[in-house]
Amino acid sequence: MRLPCPWCGERDHSEFNYGGDATRRRPADDAPMEEWIDYVYFRDNPRGRHHEHWQHIQGCRAWIVIERDTLTHEVSGCWTAEDYARGFAEATDVQKGAQS
Amino acid sequence: MRLASGGRIDRTQPLSFRFDGKVYQGVAGDSLASALLANGVKLFGRSFKYHRPRGLLAAGVEEPNALVELRSGPRHEPNVRATVAELYDGLEANSQNRWPSLAFDVSGINDVFSPFLGAGFYYKTFMGPTRGSWHFYERIIRKAAGLGTAPALPDPDRYEKTNAHCDLLVVGAGAAGLAAALVAARAGVKVMLVEQDKDLGGALLGEKSEQLDEWVAATVGELANSPNVRLLTRATAFGYYDHNVVGLVERVADHLPQPATHQPRQRLWTVRAKQVVLTTGAHERPLLFGNNDLPGVMLAGAVRTYLNRWAVLPGRQPLVFANHDEAYLTAIDLADAGATVAAVVDPRPIANPDLVTALAQRGIEHLPGHVVVKARGGRFINAAEVAALDANGEATEPRRVIICDLLAMSGGWNPAVQLHAQSGGKPRWDQRLSTFVPGESKQAERSAGAAGGQLTLRAALASGAEAGFELTSLLGGNATPLSLPEVEPEPEAVPAELWEVPGSRGKSFVDFQHDVTTKDLKQAVQEGYRSPEHAKRYTTLGMATDQGKTSNVNALDVLARAQGRSRAALAQTGFRPPFTPVTLGALAGRDVGRNYKPIRRTPLHDWHEAAGAVMVETGPWLRARYYPRDGEGLFEAMNRETRHVREKVGMVDVSTLGKIDVQGPDAGEFLNRIYANGFKKLPVGRARYGLMLREDGHAFDDGTCSRLSENHFLVTTTTAQAAAVLSHMEYYHQTCWPDLRVHLASVTDQFASMAIAGPRSRAVLQKAVEGASVTNEDLPFMGVVQARVAGCPIILFRISFSGELAYEIATGADHGKAVWEALMAAGREEEIIPYGTEAMAVMRIEKGHAAGPELSGQTTAQDLGLGKLCSTKKPYIGHRLKDRPATADPHRPALVGLVSLEPGKRIPGGAQLVEDPNHKAPIPMLGYATSPTYSITLDKYIALALLKDGKEREGTTLYAANPLGNTTTKVQVVSPQFFDPEGTRLHA
Ligand SMILES: [Zn+2]
Repeated sequence: MRLPCPWCGERDHSEFNYGGDATRRRPADDAPMEEWIDYVYFRDNPRGRHHEHWQHIQGCRAWIVIERDTLTHEVSGCWTAEDYARGFAEATDVQKGAQS
Repeated sequence: MRLASGGRIDRTQPLSFRFDGKVYQGVAGDSLASALLANGVKLFGRSFKYHRPRGLLAAGVEEPNALVELRSGPRHEPNVRATVAELYDGLEANSQNRWPSLAFDVSGINDVFSPFLGAGFYYKTFMGPTRGSWHFYERIIRKAAGLGTAPALPDPDRYEKTNAHCDLLVVGAGAAGLAAALVAARAGVKVMLVEQDKDLGGALLGEKSEQLDEWVAATVGELANSPNVRLLTRATAFGYYDHNVVGLVERVADHLPQPATHQPRQRLWTVRAKQVVLTTGAHERPLLFGNNDLPGVMLAGAVRTYLNRWAVLPGRQPLVFANHDEAYLTAIDLADAGATVAAVVDPRPIANPDLVTALAQRGIEHLPGHVVVKARGGRFINAAEVAALDANGEATEPRRVIICDLLAMSGGWNPAVQLHAQSGGKPRWDQRLSTFVPGESKQAERSAGAAGGQLTLRAALASGAEAGFELTSLLGGNATPLSLPEVEPEPEAVPAELWEVPGSRGKSFVDFQHDVTTKDLKQAVQEGYRSPEHAKRYTTLGMATDQGKTSNVNALDVLARAQGRSRAALAQTGFRPPFTPVTLGALAGRDVGRNYKPIRRTPLHDWHEAAGAVMVETGPWLRARYYPRDGEGLFEAMNRETRHVREKVGMVDVSTLGKIDVQGPDAGEFLNRIYANGFKKLPVGRARYGLMLREDGHAFDDGTCSRLSENHFLVTTTTAQAAAVLSHMEYYHQTCWPDLRVHLASVTDQFASMAIAGPRSRAVLQKAVEGASVTNEDLPFMGVVQARVAGCPIILFRISFSGELAYEIATGADHGKAVWEALMAAGREEEIIPYGTEAMAVMRIEKGHAAGPELSGQTTAQDLGLGKLCSTKKPYIGHRLKDRPATADPHRPALVGLVSLEPGKRIPGGAQLVEDPNHKAPIPMLGYATSPTYSITLDKYIALALLKDGKEREGTTLYAANPLGNTTTKVQVVSPQFFDPEGTRLHA
């Protein structure tokens, strides 16, 4: 499998570390405990397109967001985590996320 | 017997080889199997479970029986199929499944007791309530089961890995593959053609047509001369992965006694192809009748291949048993080669009239409407029982016994759909061919030739050319149609319905390699294993090294019939890589031995070695463990170094600690969110102990953080977590707080660091440090100052890990040795010594500092006695979840100290803490020892431990039980600060 890094281009997956679900947003500091528990412990196990964090650990070290099909491993999008985080603050539709 | 002429062998090049100690002669071009067959060897091994004699079934990769061990010593290799082992002069092979001997096998007695070894024997015996017995039986079973022995010595050969990219990958260079590659090559497409055999031609190598040989030669010549084509022989595509990645293993030197100098033994290829054509051919199906595993019962196509490719006549009086026309060619070729064909037995009432005529012309008896119900013989076949079928397809009496020394059988062909299935395709049932053919493509691949269900040569050529044409166009190439050789119409292998032969007697084997019979499969269904995936695991069908190449389709039929269902209703079981076995050496490549993981050496490494240090691996690092003097062992050196530092002064290399440079206007704010304790108000020129939590509230890592200037911090981490801490900080910066203006950089390798500790450490620094005052007033505890030693710039931190007056000095990596040596020289009067990680660990345990064993990822700040450190004035990572009930529970195991109450008796690491060691099991467990040591300072064996209600238990007596060593140590619970709890020494 190869992943597109927004900075370095398409690279072998062995250069990356997996970082988990990227659609979760860290709750506000004073958010209720339930929200925090949900953020830290609960994950969907979606079939199909999914947004996930990867870090280009053997490359530019950027945290990036990859849209990957969990069934076919087809990669259909990528963002820098920073762009994604900024866009995410406004986006309401999780799956659309930010635009790169 | 070797024929006088014919075959694709070179009779002028005789090769001498050994099998089971006996010397034989073969010729160049032979496989080990063909050479042995030419020498009349029919017995190749014993079967897996019943230890029945077994001979060759096939001629290619699908062979389930003829597994041998090749070579000896460090190049010894088990589980090699004799059919694909190329013969070389001096080859040495042994049958591997013959314990205690091939000819007379005591465990053949398993056959007599076979009722006990039926379906699910292993499962019932070893996975059920008696699973513990596996440990007892495993060795005996493995030995008797003939799994081969792993080589005991390191592999002396080299294995390489490489990558390749191409437009079109063609897997298999038979008729269809050659045609596909030729079309694409002519259009200028970047083609890679891979073939597992040493020769190109695939099934054509088993034919004897001059016209086709000429076409193959011309095609191979043209491909070899095309600059846009890469031809790989002896290369197996073993796996089809995501994103159209195909794994190949190229056997560069397996056909040689040993690789030439600078030559790898094998090469692993990762190929990324835009399009893939799978022309992997087909594997023949056995027929299911009694004793169908007897040596001398072979697949008809294999018999023909031995005859035409290797000029070996596998029997003088063969019998052919098949349910389709194509196998008649085997009878015809055998007769033409001089054999006396006993008969052709065919369950169908009618066969192709031309073939019937061809048999008659050769005087071969034709028995339509008949079946073989049983093969007879002891170690080899000597006759077959044949019965006529009545109108209902049932076998009738009497049975005729036909004398024969070879039974060539064929139940049709199964396209090799393994790679298609691995690519995500779902093979579909084809009623006409009674087998599975490739289904819809899920990746950029398509199958052609026999692999695509085109079983005649003419159809295979056409489908290969068509696939080449279409994919070339898809790739943007300008393809032109190929003029194919004119092939005469040939009989097709369209089999009549015949699965388990009616009226068959004795064991009918479905999976030859794992000894699974039709009876086992039916029993599995009776016991409720209806799904093929379940029945497969229950009976171990298809789970041997051959992955069921000859058995899967037959097994599905037996399972379907036993359930009264149609075959189409049962899905084929999954295929996983590898298609054929791949050696671990090829997968490991160069990542072996010292290349398995890199070694990290500190800038001071050479000094430690010159000083005679004993080194220790900690993760990737090599660190000085202790510096023995006058024959000291670890224990003596550790005690001497500890005592010396506590009384005088010593220096230790701490360059392995992770160091992260944090800069930017928001660096203070960032660190304030990362650490559980406050950092925003840390003054310039001061250091602070820092604790990081994970978001779930558990302790993550600790270290120090120093403010070098307003916007510049230097963070240290533990050695083990250096990379993880940097990733963690980058994660929060980039995914959660991208607006914070801060930059992070690992500077672990840029610094050499050393800690100088002991009451005389200040005296040493006063002599060595230039440009800064190191008095208690000017450089108080936790002070940081920039200065020079030996002219080199340093950062001097007054921090202590040992509980002594102590400092850390960081300098540029290249200055490390100069600074270290200058400090050593300056400290001569103060009797400075170097000390290693052992003494360092003793002193940190004596001071009750948490380290790796305590920062296990399962402890909280409160568990470690650091609860008060966690800020209540600011949010930080982990601040919310540390307060949930589970992590805030006051009864959680907490850090305590233990002192052994038994003189001279240590506290084993991991020992379980209990109140009463004589309590009836299970004994209530209160905690465990994390970091044990001997403290020369206290002259006691001590340990840090995590203990339930630890604080309340201080002063009580417990027992540290170590059931592994069968020891119990009486211990007293004390404060984890064994030494100088007030900290007067480090503030001195
Ligand atoms: Zn990158």
